[in-house]
Amino acid sequence: MRQMIIIIISAILVENFVLTKFLGICPFLGVSKNFSSAIGMSGAVVFVMTLASGATWLANEYLLKRFGLEYLQTITFILVIAALVQFVETVLKKMMPSLYKSLGIYLPLITTNCAVLGVSLLNILRDYNLIQSMVYGFGAGLGFTLALVIFSGVRERLETCDIPENFKGMPITLIAAGLVSLVFFGFQGLFTR
Amino acid sequence: MKRAMKTLTNGLIKENPSLRLVLGTCPTMAVTTSALYGLGMGISVTAVLLGSNIVISMVRKLIPDKIRIPAFITIIAGFTTIVQLLLKAYVPVLDKALGIFIPLIVVNCIILARAEMFASQNTVFLSALDGIGMGFGYTLALFTIGSLREILGNGTWMGLRVTAGLIDPAVMMILPPGGFIAFGLVIALANKFSKVKVEHNNCQSCGMCGKTAAAFADSGQVGIDSKKDLKEAQAMRKDAQKDGREAITK
Repeated sequence: MRQMIIIIISAILVENFVLTKFLGICPFLGVSKNFSSAIGMSGAVVFVMTLASGATWLANEYLLKRFGLEYLQTITFILVIAALVQFVETVLKKMMPSLYKSLGIYLPLITTNCAVLGVSLLNILRDYNLIQSMVYGFGAGLGFTLALVIFSGVRERLETCDIPENFKGMPITLIAAGLVSLVFFGFQGLFTR
Repeated sequence: MKRAMKTLTNGLIKENPSLRLVLGTCPTMAVTTSALYGLGMGISVTAVLLGSNIVISMVRKLIPDKIRIPAFITIIAGFTTIVQLLLKAYVPVLDKALGIFIPLIVVNCIILARAEMFASQNTVFLSALDGIGMGFGYTLALFTIGSLREILGNGTWMGLRVTAGLIDPAVMMILPPGGFIAFGLVIALANKFSKVKVEHNNCQSCGMCGKTAAAFADSGQVGIDSKKDLKEAQAMRKDAQKDGREAITK
């Protein structure tokens, strides 16, 4: 239990996927413009990351490892994730239309989100078991949510600021993200391994 | 011949995938802790981009429009695996330093965006040139950001001493926050010397989200309740493609 809590907290704060690991930067910059879309996107990411961690772990353990095909990891994982997203989408639409409505449009966007493939690869790299993988996926998703929500607030403030001509748009957004990342850097060494 | 020259040089400065189109941001910031790693990543991406562009433009007439995105991703994943295994065998140092960002080349927006916007509409020769040009542009950007971060953060350049020992380096620059800041500064610098400003993340040209979503919707797999929705999705995709192309030709 203690280990699970450590995995979750370190995934959220110490090794935040967006701000310290640079995974999922595209949606982070693209969807953080307003709060509501940030929440919708993060909900979908948490959901898919948890499931994808489990699915890719199973695929690696029972398909790739058994037949000695580990070199096909990249192809297998991306196909498993794509299929999983499609599957989740269909199931949600039939079983939970209300949830589908709020997450639906964000689901296909994350088939090729590098955070999802990244978490699957990291799980294998770190030799996590099935439960640990899913917990790590869940924690990483929460970390993504936290970063996105905090940053959507920062960006709303940026809108009204007087910014030098050449820094308008992307550059100032990135520099602001750097400062938020600096804040998260304070959590380094929260757990000593 | 003029067209070929233009295709080749387009990606270098005018449409630099990293600094002008702001694609493939994750590795741009993650691996550029030193100029050498930036160079290594850039060359790896160039190799994958060249391979996938050639193959995709070869089979572009064979792939049905509806399943083209999954087909493209599978082809890209194949080339990524080849590069990954080659690096592991011949340059283990680089493989270790770049870590999971090598397999993550699969989901690098640049490659799918070029497949979707260029290789799926042009001949093999032009697509190969486009792959080389875009790849070199990306390598150039990564090398610049890597150099900036290495000199400021470590006082060295390509492993050679520059200011190390003279001034205390700003270690922050080789840590994650420095990645964001250096990338922001280099884009601002590129803004200064270019007429077209990068105002926002040009999401459409990435091909990952808007278009992918619409493409999936197109194939009737996702959230299509009526023919009207399908038409909307198709219109959205056309718009996205147009926007992307305009951004490219500007």
